[in-house]
Amino acid sequence: MKPRHKRFALIGGGLAVLGLAAALVLNAFQSNLVFFFTPTQVAAGEAPKGKSFRIGGLVKEGSLKRQPDGLTVQFIVTDTAKEIPVAYTGILPDLFREGKGVVAQGKLGESGLFAASEVLAKHDENYMPPEAQHAVDQANKAAKTVKP
Amino acid sequence: MNNRIINWFKFASPQTFYPLAGKMIPWFWALTAAFGLAGLYIGFFVAPTDAQQGEGYRIIFVHVPASWMSMFIYLVMAFWAALGLGFNTRLSGMMASALAPTGALMAFLSLWTGALWGKPMWGTWWVWDARLTSELILFFLYLGFIALQSAIDDARRADKAGAVLALVGVVNIPIIYFSVKWWNTLHQGASVSLTKSPAMAQTMLWGMLLMALAFWMYSIAVSLTRVRAIILERERHAGWVDELPELKS
Repeated sequence: MKPRHKRFALIGGGLAVLGLAAALVLNAFQSNLVFFFTPTQVAAGEAPKGKSFRIGGLVKEGSLKRQPDGLTVQFIVTDTAKEIPVAYTGILPDLFREGKGVVAQGKLGESGLFAASEVLAKHDENYMPPEAQHAVDQANKAAKTVKP
Repeated sequence: MNNRIINWFKFASPQTFYPLAGKMIPWFWALTAAFGLAGLYIGFFVAPTDAQQGEGYRIIFVHVPASWMSMFIYLVMAFWAALGLGFNTRLSGMMASALAPTGALMAFLSLWTGALWGKPMWGTWWVWDARLTSELILFFLYLGFIALQSAIDDARRADKAGAVLALVGVVNIPIIYFSVKWWNTLHQGASVSLTKSPAMAQTMLWGMLLMALAFWMYSIAVSLTRVRAIILERERHAGWVDELPELKS
């Protein structure tokens, strides 16, 4: 074995050990690395109690209600399995829409109402022109009506 | 060693690489301009508006190429660092240090354009989600690499120390790339990947790929220019440097 081969073996071995260590550390911190909890996780009691945390999911269609003061809103966050009602006072981001993704930070009250202090919009990775989006929506609607 | 068709070690010598790099640089600048103009034209005038984000999504044509480059340049830097440690070639260390500032610039651009994009779309400049945080760590790794190398006076020792740092930091690259898959993040998943068909309109994709090519060519041109400067600086006592026509006049 030439010294050069030995050095490459050392580099390779070092990287392998480092990779393994990183994988173990990330695995150990798994629960601290999530940015938000889904309504299902909250229902299962995985979210921290009495502390501020984030929930993420879709804004349920038709659930958005505005209070007369114009700033306070209520809506329901759903992951299609479980739902959490959210109350928020403040300006919503432009991309906040019913049926679209949302991440809200706040505390879960005793009554099960999530009092949000910050609401962020989470958009998906699909980019398409409005006409294509329209076509996709039509197709989805058609598919829904065809199903028994 | 001499019966190979191309003797790669020949180009590991600064003396042969210096003029070769000089010849290649104008070509890469020309390609940068060509790809960049085509990409910007498609990005601004041909690509349609996005159904959700309107015109604002067009920052993607800078944000995504810059993010790709910031990760890719780090891999290339780590590759040269490993070669330098293994073969003890001088040029490898010079290549690694020539790439670092461009990589740092790309990481910064990615974070900056991301913040500008995040404010109108998500409603925030910055969040500590896994994707954004790991990209910030990448930016700090570049800065740390540059700082470490400048802190050591002896060039060969600086190369070795930098190489170890570069190789340790390489674990961060898969973390950045897969962060949106492994954890819940505010950042959306990848629109373009090797495993599935791209989730964007054809013309948008073309604009983005052309811009990515332009960023590649720019990075190569700038890094080659920088490596030539580093060669001159480190080899200033060598006889062949005195013989260079551009330095004689």
